[in-house]
Amino acid sequence: MRRIKELVIEKALLTSALITVAITAGIILVLSFEAFAFFREVSIVDFFTDTEWTPLFSNKHYGILPLLSGTLLTSFIAVAFAVPVGLSISIYISEYAPRSFRTSIKPALELLAAVPTVVYGFFALTVVTPFLQSFIPGLSGFNALSAGLVMGIMIIPFVSSLSEDALHAVPDSLREASFGMGSTKLQNAFRVMVPAASSGIVVSVILAISRAIGETMIVAIAAGQQPRLTLDPTVPVETITAYIVQVSLGDVQHGSLEYRTIFAAGITLFVFTFLLNTVSYRIRKKFQEKYE
Amino acid sequence: MVKEKKENIIDSNLQRKHKLRTKGVKVWYDDFMAIKGIDMNIKANKVTAFIGPSGCGKSTFLRLFNRMNDYVDGFRLEGEVTIDGENIYKKKVNVEQLRKQVGMVFQKPNPFPKSIFENVAYGLKIQGLKDKKFLQEKVERSLKRVALWDEVKDDLNKSALALSGGQQQRLCIARALAVEPSIILMDEPTSALDPLSTSKIEELIYELKKDYTIVIVTHNMQQASRVSDYTAFFYLGELIEYDKTKKLFTNPEKKQTENYITGRFG
Repeated sequence: MRRIKELVIEKALLTSALITVAITAGIILVLSFEAFAFFREVSIVDFFTDTEWTPLFSNKHYGILPLLSGTLLTSFIAVAFAVPVGLSISIYISEYAPRSFRTSIKPALELLAAVPTVVYGFFALTVVTPFLQSFIPGLSGFNALSAGLVMGIMIIPFVSSLSEDALHAVPDSLREASFGMGSTKLQNAFRVMVPAASSGIVVSVILAISRAIGETMIVAIAAGQQPRLTLDPTVPVETITAYIVQVSLGDVQHGSLEYRTIFAAGITLFVFTFLLNTVSYRIRKKFQEKYE
Repeated sequence: MVKEKKENIIDSNLQRKHKLRTKGVKVWYDDFMAIKGIDMNIKANKVTAFIGPSGCGKSTFLRLFNRMNDYVDGFRLEGEVTIDGENIYKKKVNVEQLRKQVGMVFQKPNPFPKSIFENVAYGLKIQGLKDKKFLQEKVERSLKRVALWDEVKDDLNKSALALSGGQQQRLCIARALAVEPSIILMDEPTSALDPLSTSKIEELIYELKKDYTIVIVTHNMQQASRVSDYTAFFYLGELIEYDKTKKLFTNPEKKQTENYITGRFG
């Protein structure tokens, strides 16, 4: 009897594992299938070299570059803001702050990640943009800068929390060794702790980048929806995610080429985040081995 | 005037003989009293061993001399701890500077996850010394001092974590020596090592006492009798007996000491 129970439980667990794998496989299949149909009509060379993305206009161009540049630009701004801030926070919490502070501040910081992104989007559009306009003349109402900055605020906890975990996981014996050698707190933090936790910190940064690239609402609301191949953060741009939202909400016909652009854009995005996650997984595995 | 001078001379003689001194030292961790009033003089260029059962306060007492207890929550000290006559718990004492003078070797080898070279050079680098040739000389000399040079001289850029436990511990001693301390504190330095590595470290301790004042905490009484000149027996936060090692192990004054060294408890 007990054996049957064990068997049932085992199979149930296996099924739930298989379901997630199957769903992932299904998503990839649908993405690839539709994207394949898209690339039968649009050459893949054009897709990666054309500098215009106007599938919804009469003069159609299918160059992903403007969307890609929009995505990378907003993500870059977000990461450039979140990494120094997040890392400073993590170093402060793990190496300077009293222990009681750590237990209260960490959940508070993680709340930042719990704010709905649509709220962040409107925060960027109605608070940050007007604020930035007060000292950046010519800043457009929709722009990559404020969307990127607010996205940066959103991903701070990704960086700070995971980095702090990595710093916290450094054995105390190393802290003792470095203080025993006469390190100051600053020397201990930057010469011993950060290098010892570097793989964990890198993983946190990669996950933050991955999150920024996949972020949708903030950029859809605050960055504008104009695909534009530019690195100028003050003008409206469109990201891959924002484009997907725009078209999904519109009335393009199911099965049309316009409809399939979503999947072409989607698979590009997928490849990006998949690569980043793979890299971070690899680093994390290496990191685990190091302290065993 | 003359009298004052004389006193000074006596005082400095005492200092030369007694590197470390404590006077009425009591330590609390929150409400727990870990050290219950200890007066002790530790001689220069000798090896002094602290023995006693777990929780007797010997490690806490050792860590007073480089102020490593400062980081423990709830730590509180009463009394005086002096090195060369200077109270090291005075407000204006620079703790980082103090730790350059008082090196420490820990229970488990704890090299930094850096190269062998970087490990030994660490203490010098954080003092702002950058001259490559100078660092190389220092690293070589320190590694030779712990008899590790021949084993690692071709692998200085390899990770220190690739070394064996015994090699790592010798590396940690080399790292401490590189900044030229005058005192070395050892907190059960061989408890994580195999017998062969242990005997290498013990030989090393014997070698080093010519130039350094060494205080070693050990659980191993054979080790204490092998390497130390003086032994202090701690029990429940008190210094029960402190004498020449030979005397303490062959003819202890106190019953408790005898019971401990003959293995009746602890």
